[in-house]
Amino acid sequence: MSSVAVSTTVNGDAVEVLCDTDETLLDVLRDRLDMTGTKEGCGTGDCGACSVMLDGRLVCSCLVLGVEAEGREVETIEGMAEGEKLHPLQQKFLEHAALQCGVCTPGFLVAAKALLEVNDDPSESEVRYWLAGNLCRCTGYDKIVRAVLDTAKDMRSA
Amino acid sequence: MTDRGATMTKRKFKVVGTRPLRPDGVDKVTGRARFGADISAPGMLHALILRSPHAHARIKSIDTSRAVKLPGVKAVVTRDDFKLPQREDLVDICRNVMAREKALYDGHAVAAVAAVSKAVAREALKRIKVEYKVLPHVTDVDAAMKPRAPILHRGLRTQGVEPKPDKASNVAERHEFGHGDVEKGFAEADIVIERSFKTEATHQGYIEPHACLASMGTDGQGDLWCCTQGHFMVRNVCAGLLGMEVSRLRVTASEIGGGFGGKTTVFIEPVALALSRKAGRPVKLVMSRDEVFRASGPTSSSSTDVKIGMDKNGRITAAEAVLRYQGGAFPGSPVQFGAMTAFACYDLANVRTVGYDVVTNRPKQAAYRAPGAPMAAFAIESVIDELAKKIGMDPLEFRLLNAARQGTKSSYGPTFGPIGLEATLKESKSHPHHLAPLGPNQGRGVACGFWFNFGGQTCVSLNISEDGTVCLSEGNPDIGGSRASMCLMAAEELGVPYEKVRTIIADTSALGYNEVTDGSRVTFAVGMATIKAARQAIEIMCARAAKIWDIPVEAVVWEDGYAKPAGANAGTFEPMSLAEIAESAASTGGPIAGHSEADADGAGVSFATHMVDVEVDPDTGKVTVLRYTVFQDAGKAVHPAYVEGQFQGGAAQGVGWAINEEYIYGEDGRLQNAGFLDYRIPVAPDLPMIDTVILEIPNPGHPYGVRGVGETSIVPPLAAIANAVSAAAGVRLTHLPMSPPRVLKAMMENEA
Repeated sequence: MSSVAVSTTVNGDAVEVLCDTDETLLDVLRDRLDMTGTKEGCGTGDCGACSVMLDGRLVCSCLVLGVEAEGREVETIEGMAEGEKLHPLQQKFLEHAALQCGVCTPGFLVAAKALLEVNDDPSESEVRYWLAGNLCRCTGYDKIVRAVLDTAKDMRSA
Repeated sequence: MTDRGATMTKRKFKVVGTRPLRPDGVDKVTGRARFGADISAPGMLHALILRSPHAHARIKSIDTSRAVKLPGVKAVVTRDDFKLPQREDLVDICRNVMAREKALYDGHAVAAVAAVSKAVAREALKRIKVEYKVLPHVTDVDAAMKPRAPILHRGLRTQGVEPKPDKASNVAERHEFGHGDVEKGFAEADIVIERSFKTEATHQGYIEPHACLASMGTDGQGDLWCCTQGHFMVRNVCAGLLGMEVSRLRVTASEIGGGFGGKTTVFIEPVALALSRKAGRPVKLVMSRDEVFRASGPTSSSSTDVKIGMDKNGRITAAEAVLRYQGGAFPGSPVQFGAMTAFACYDLANVRTVGYDVVTNRPKQAAYRAPGAPMAAFAIESVIDELAKKIGMDPLEFRLLNAARQGTKSSYGPTFGPIGLEATLKESKSHPHHLAPLGPNQGRGVACGFWFNFGGQTCVSLNISEDGTVCLSEGNPDIGGSRASMCLMAAEELGVPYEKVRTIIADTSALGYNEVTDGSRVTFAVGMATIKAARQAIEIMCARAAKIWDIPVEAVVWEDGYAKPAGANAGTFEPMSLAEIAESAASTGGPIAGHSEADADGAGVSFATHMVDVEVDPDTGKVTVLRYTVFQDAGKAVHPAYVEGQFQGGAAQGVGWAINEEYIYGEDGRLQNAGFLDYRIPVAPDLPMIDTVILEIPNPGHPYGVRGVGETSIVPPLAAIANAVSAAAGVRLTHLPMSPPRVLKAMMENEA
């Protein structure tokens, strides 16, 4: 299989990467760029562990081909904190103990950030439905939903 | 030994019971934490496994020649690369890791390849030719027990029956527990209820698929990185399967993306090691989600008959249950635990449980959170609910009347010490949830649950650094915040701030054997080892202070992180902090460390009561969970936020098991729903907030009173939800999951 050169932007950095045409964006991030913060839980778009932003839209990176990232902007969990400063969602997830094993956490954080960008005052129900594409098997979602609601509250008053 | 401020049973705490941020938290919210699939090595190959498409088939031949010839393929392994081990306990694991004469389930591994890329490995799998002779199969537990059922293992004889059978059977073993005279007890009963129940198999559903990176040198030494609940177990099993000396294999546990019991055995690790040995290069092997469902262990499906009798006042006179669990293709279903836990919540004069361990053409089951107990509790607690309703008694009152207490001889043998069942029942009676009104088509259910909790072999090492910080090395993967609990207990004991302690999970070369992270043992057993190691370090620090002050060691006490003279007679010295003693270690005798190597005894049993409100859609049979409250005894909640998390997580998994999740097999014996789309675990909108009430009835077997909390929380939900649905639907539901078609059918049959 012949490889294709892809020029894209990941977390604000220009990236040139060679990838096969059947490789997913998730494979490219993890295997070609060593950005393993984005996780693979199913490979079929059912679990949301591989959530990233593509041109400002929340997607499962396992359902996007690497070559589709050409000329577009990708944002991953690795770009969420600013240097040492955690994003408020990351901080609240820690404070609320909203993770147990932590493998679904990057996906939840990326998805929750996308929610707060379009809705700064979500109801509990809106949070639950927005996050319906992200599976967590450890927490029962209680503390995750609380962390997101609490972040929204803080960010509104900030 | 003199009292150095640390009594065996501590009740007043400074840091234990607080909710600090977990030490591995930043790594896990930034993507920095490395899980099983997050590591690579120079020269690494990618491996894939070929799996049987048949539920039961004789493997006549495997031709790998065309795969071997494919450019980029560096190794292919089959059954010929695995010798059956001498150790009897490894034989079935070996057969499960790679099929030999027969493929025993859809998904059973048949061959594996390692190649320079995943694409080449995929192509190589297509070139392996396996000739099968398809055999009749059986996947249902009751069908597998019938006289003419297809037999999986010609050599299998039922254990635990007299006379010893001379014919092969799918029943691997019969277990029996109980005491008293059940027949006499039923004769004394005014009311007897008999019911049969079924539960379908569910998967642990951890979000992280199994993954490993194996590297074997030509000198016979190897390294393995993998996601597991117990890397010492992985080391010993893999060494056994590969014919290696144990100390030649070093296993490092990655961060683990959920396990719930499903990562307490090996599947891919020996295969990756065998491929690496053959190829002479590191090999990475990661399961797909399809493989996780088809070829890693789900829990058992079950079929249970229950009979309970009571007098007219509601006191149980006799109780009996027959439990049949299929554990997949090899013996070892958790039916023994089912039979032991079934009636553990009750004080019974006459009780008997019989369990049958059955093999079928399904993947070998693996432990799933309180293995065996939830299905048993579903059956028993459903009948308890019916009995209470029969005499018009509140189901909580009925349970209080019959509850096990301190001094009760349990149905599985031991007599209980101080236990918390009664406390959870009383607390739930007075909780606002119990008094809240219900709407139309709504029902409330309660149920109790029990789990033993384990202890076991544990080894930790606690090092006092020169700057007064503390490094704790333990050997149990942190599956839900246990590093934080260990830091808390070490800080509590040493009298230093939580932030001064760092806990790491050491590899298998760094510590003595640690049992698997299972049985809710870690906070109890590793916590106890940590406390003991800290006490040993304190002894040494007191000795160092004594040396500096030139007074007898007996004249030094340890209080709140300081060595102090024991009294006026000991002399007037300024207390020395841990940091000061650590700083001078080089000149007072060298490094300061504490260790603990022990077989942790004294795990305290744990009980819970769950209360749930549901609404049943009368048109579709869909069940919606409206409100959920967990009442559970934690002994002592070391980090309450993570204790709540365990309560909530267990309840949520129980909700899935009760109303959604099931392994669905076709007539061909193939799994039809091997993915998260068709095997639907609860998502956020499926659940309400899950309220928790932590009760603390100290476990006398732990210095701080800790009991395990991780598993008990999944025992009551199946029954609690079934009781709620039965109340709302007006008909008793006896088959899990209570999916819309099943609920609708039960309601329609009830109306007809």
